[in-house]
Amino acid sequence: MSIAVTTQIICFSVLSLVVIVGALGVILLESIVYSAFLLGGVFMSVAGLYLLLNASFVAAAQVLVYVGAVNVLIIFAIMLVNKKEDLMPIENIKSRRIISTSICLTLLSLLIRVDLSNTWGLADPNTSIGEESTIRIGEHLFSDYLLPFEVASVLLLMAMIGAIVLARRDVMNEDISTGLPVDQELIEKPNEPLLIKKN
Amino acid sequence: MNLESIPLQAFLIVSSILFCIGIWGLLNSRNAVRVLMSIELMLNAVNINLMAFSSYVDNNLIQGQVFTIFVITVAAAEAAVGLAILLSLYRNRVTVDMESFNLLKW
Repeated sequence: MSIAVTTQIICFSVLSLVVIVGALGVILLESIVYSAFLLGGVFMSVAGLYLLLNASFVAAAQVLVYVGAVNVLIIFAIMLVNKKEDLMPIENIKSRRIISTSICLTLLSLLIRVDLSNTWGLADPNTSIGEESTIRIGEHLFSDYLLPFEVASVLLLMAMIGAIVLARRDVMNEDISTGLPVDQELIEKPNEPLLIKKN
Repeated sequence: MNLESIPLQAFLIVSSILFCIGIWGLLNSRNAVRVLMSIELMLNAVNINLMAFSSYVDNNLIQGQVFTIFVITVAAAEAAVGLAILLSLYRNRVTVDMESFNLLKW
């Protein structure tokens, strides 16, 4: 991807502005639905930043996995738990806000200081493989990163089964093959809400 | 592509800001779904960092991009399990307010 320097700078500024403003919107907006859609916008802009960095495969993976899967999952979760509730006020919320904001600002200033003061050992731009990055990722995944690649598939299977077991509601009362009643107590307890109020 | 037009530090600063926004949201959100969103923001900040280093510092082997692929994989698994836990929590407590999940509070 060879685009002019000015275009690169404009693209980078717009994308990073969208990322930061969108992230602020995600955490600050009142409505959680707006937050979820803004989060999708943030993910898309991060994919744009990856394209600027010459990584078309990771950008595509970002769009597919984050926007296509994670964000949709979050929207589904909002749909399932979306109930208007009046949150009870917390005492000393103000001091809590002050402490957490100061922690975040301190960490931010520390990180920015490290970013700017360190001399990063930049590589020679002529050795860049540029457009070939997808081929190189494939070589990595099937040679020196083969074991993590296979373990990732096991991890995804475990996450899938775990998510199904945790989130399912309907339990069959009788075994399909024998017709005998099945004791499912350990898997799913009866659905009775237990509200523990803080006194 | 000649990347010298944008300095590496610009990417690092964007990812630092995104990471701190994620931490702020994690600490201050009342809604449990928003806490999960903040975690995703922090993971994205880390990914931007890895990608920037892989194309500025390690531009021939690009191991950072492979790391980013793995981070994306783990993030997808984390989101699925996290939202499933959230659903069963909601089924038991009928609320998503973080302040009411205080069973393990000291």
